[in-house]
Amino acid sequence: MDNLSFLFAAYTIIWAVIFGYVFYLYRKQRKLQREIDLLKETIDKQKRD
Amino acid sequence: MNRKGILRDNVLLGLNLVLMIAALYLIFIYVPTERNMGVVQRIFYFHVPLAWVSLLAFLFVFVCSVLYLWKRVIKWDTLAHAAAEVGIVFITLVLITGTVWAKSIWGAWWTWDARLTATLVLWLIYLAYLLIRNYATEQAQGARFAAVLGIVGFIDVPIVVLAVNLWRTQHPPALIFEGGITSPMLLTILVSIAAFTVLYILMVIQSASMKNLETEVKRLKDI
Repeated sequence: MDNLSFLFAAYTIIWAVIFGYVFYLYRKQRKLQREIDLLKETIDKQKRD
Repeated sequence: MNRKGILRDNVLLGLNLVLMIAALYLIFIYVPTERNMGVVQRIFYFHVPLAWVSLLAFLFVFVCSVLYLWKRVIKWDTLAHAAAEVGIVFITLVLITGTVWAKSIWGAWWTWDARLTATLVLWLIYLAYLLIRNYATEQAQGARFAAVLGIVGFIDVPIVVLAVNLWRTQHPPALIFEGGITSPMLLTILVSIAAFTVLYILMVIQSASMKNLETEVKRLKDI
């Protein structure tokens, strides 16, 4: 591997890990949103009954 | 999230975008190539800011852990947890970029040098900090265990910083403070440090608000 390849590898890994973490946060947020919607639905159903 | 929070996040996001673009311009176009190491030395402009942000993260974990044990307010534990989570992402990157740089310059991916070993120990400490919560029977107990580890584990931070002065190491000393870099290099590294500091703040805010939401959903489910 030449110097340029090492530089390319380092910067690729940095951005991949950062985007990976942001994606993990996004997935977690979506899961929480689904749970909140489910809770809202349950509360509405209980109110109606 | 309220309107003030959304505005703050948008301002931080905009600021981070501008700083990151400026940093990339400075790293790949503006700053001259270092004479001895060549183009691979440009790893330095991300490696050092990542290390700076990691150490800042663990200082923040330490402060929040002390405040949690003192006041027993869950907000401090949430902030410490978020800071450690983001900190471990950054310190993982420090170790990876360090090994890539080492392979290119020293010819080996890893050496048991004092700075490198102390950083690996720091990584293990904060990995344990995140894992310890799962072994506690209740949330408060996990928070307490983690806070103690967050305080004790911080002992390794000054060891990482001072390792290059205390022992003979292959890792170079902090060139920024010793005037070992030229003005364009200094400008580039400072802009990059600013960009990563803002990114870190933004990530901690997002992670902490997610953890608050998680606690709230859990509480509502238990009702």
